[in-house]
Amino acid sequence: MVKDLSVNLCGVRFANPVVPASGTFGFGVELADTFDLNLLGGISLKGTTAEARFGNPTPRIAECPGGMINSVGLQNPGIDVLVGEKVPALRKVYGGVVIANISGFSLDEYVKCCAAADACEGVDIVEVNVSCPNVHNGGMAFGTCAASAAEVTAAVKSVCRKPVFVKLSPNVTDIVEIARACEDAGADGLTLVNTFLGMRIDIKKRQPVIANKMGGFSGRAVFPIALRMVYQVAHACRIPVMGCGGVASARDVIEMMMAGAAAVQVGAENLRNPMACPEIVAELPAVMEELGIEKITDIVGIV
Amino acid sequence: MEKRLFTVTANTLAARDTYRMRLEAVEPGFVFSGEFVDIAIDGFYLRRPISVCDCGPGWIELYYKVVGEGTKVLSVAKPGSTLELLTGLGHGFDPSATGRAALLAAGGLGAAPLYLLARELKAQGKKVSVVLGFNKADEIVLLDEFRALCDEVEVATMDGSVGVKGFVTDAIAKMDPEYDYFYTCGPMVMMKAVCGVLKGGGEASLEERMGCGAGFCYGCSCKTLVGTRRICKDGPVFKKEDIIW
Repeated sequence: MVKDLSVNLCGVRFANPVVPASGTFGFGVELADTFDLNLLGGISLKGTTAEARFGNPTPRIAECPGGMINSVGLQNPGIDVLVGEKVPALRKVYGGVVIANISGFSLDEYVKCCAAADACEGVDIVEVNVSCPNVHNGGMAFGTCAASAAEVTAAVKSVCRKPVFVKLSPNVTDIVEIARACEDAGADGLTLVNTFLGMRIDIKKRQPVIANKMGGFSGRAVFPIALRMVYQVAHACRIPVMGCGGVASARDVIEMMMAGAAAVQVGAENLRNPMACPEIVAELPAVMEELGIEKITDIVGIV
Repeated sequence: MEKRLFTVTANTLAARDTYRMRLEAVEPGFVFSGEFVDIAIDGFYLRRPISVCDCGPGWIELYYKVVGEGTKVLSVAKPGSTLELLTGLGHGFDPSATGRAALLAAGGLGAAPLYLLARELKAQGKKVSVVLGFNKADEIVLLDEFRALCDEVEVATMDGSVGVKGFVTDAIAKMDPEYDYFYTCGPMVMMKAVCGVLKGGGEASLEERMGCGAGFCYGCSCKTLVGTRRICKDGPVFKKEDIIW
């Protein structure tokens, strides 16, 4: 039962379509002692900004039915440490696809960081997180408006030779409009979706569970919404989509790909099960056999 | 870090809202004091991190308090049922930091990880003095076990129902123990007071809401005087002089 799990996005070959999502897998090396990272098709690294950030105050994790809220707030060591230390360290133990995830609070920051990631030998794909607030525009997130998402995309594309994937926020009125704007601005691919803005209250303490009050909700509960958005965007755009949101099993991966995802990111599930990704990769051939699938690419967008 | 199935062999009420759980596995791995396990609970998304109180070949023992819905479900786990644990988590206490005599200061269930530490210290032939603080008599756990193992044990209760009336620091003042290094685990405000009054070097075990429990989600980070640290991976035990209270 040998199945072809490989996928190709923008000329980058992945041994399989399973990729831990940014923010749920550190910089990869944190899990190098737990399992062989080479089982993973790709790894999307923790979101990185120009300068080092501590992130938001704690508590920044909250339990929810079917998922969790995080408000880590882009804790990271800064782009220089990413390209100078983190990526080279990961490359010593990992031969698959490395995706640098970049965040910025201004156009200049996106451009500076994406150029550095693009120039880093160990990086294969630059993933641009447009869910951050724009400090020059009243703090409104770049990704919540088609014009500003396109502006970031075009600026980043002008400094990158490697494929640029724009990671979209689901907290918008029409994700297809924003996806099309990014495609028109030159994006090579799209990752969707990021987390859903959520909140919990500790009813005994009468205060929010999360110190920053709100955070990003993710986990199994968001799967149908993420799947719907992947379906809509994949059918409206010609560029490849990495589907993300609530994926927890090989069956979820197949479902995401049938909706149109060319590769699939696994996020919050890693936090409850650090073995989630290798378990999904191991489970895929049997599920494909059961469903009569020989090549995983045969099912992309068939629904 | 390893993911393993354990069988519950005991899960009994040990004090008010507090349970003692014994778990067995073929190869549970070796556990050092201050380390914790992360338990998957049916119907709940995230695991529950609980420090290890005692261990031996093929078994571990935990104490936990029912503080919410997750631990409530855990408290009705029947002997014979299985639980999936992540083991080998956290950076624990350093018993070798003690020269000849150690002082252990616990607040509430902070007594649990300090019990395994006391065993390690006694195995190294060191003198161990223990101060346990609780709100009331019905919350006391592990007192007989510490008395059987350690050189001197003092209890403080806030209502004075057992031992010294007042804080852990009041009981330490009464005991006036001989020690060259100390260890503390309990509520932050209690550990801050302990680290404030005790002379010399020491370590404290911190707590935070965790995501992955294994150092890759960066959900439980804290600022220390030596930089940003992850409580689940770089801690939970930190040196007294590095902690920002």
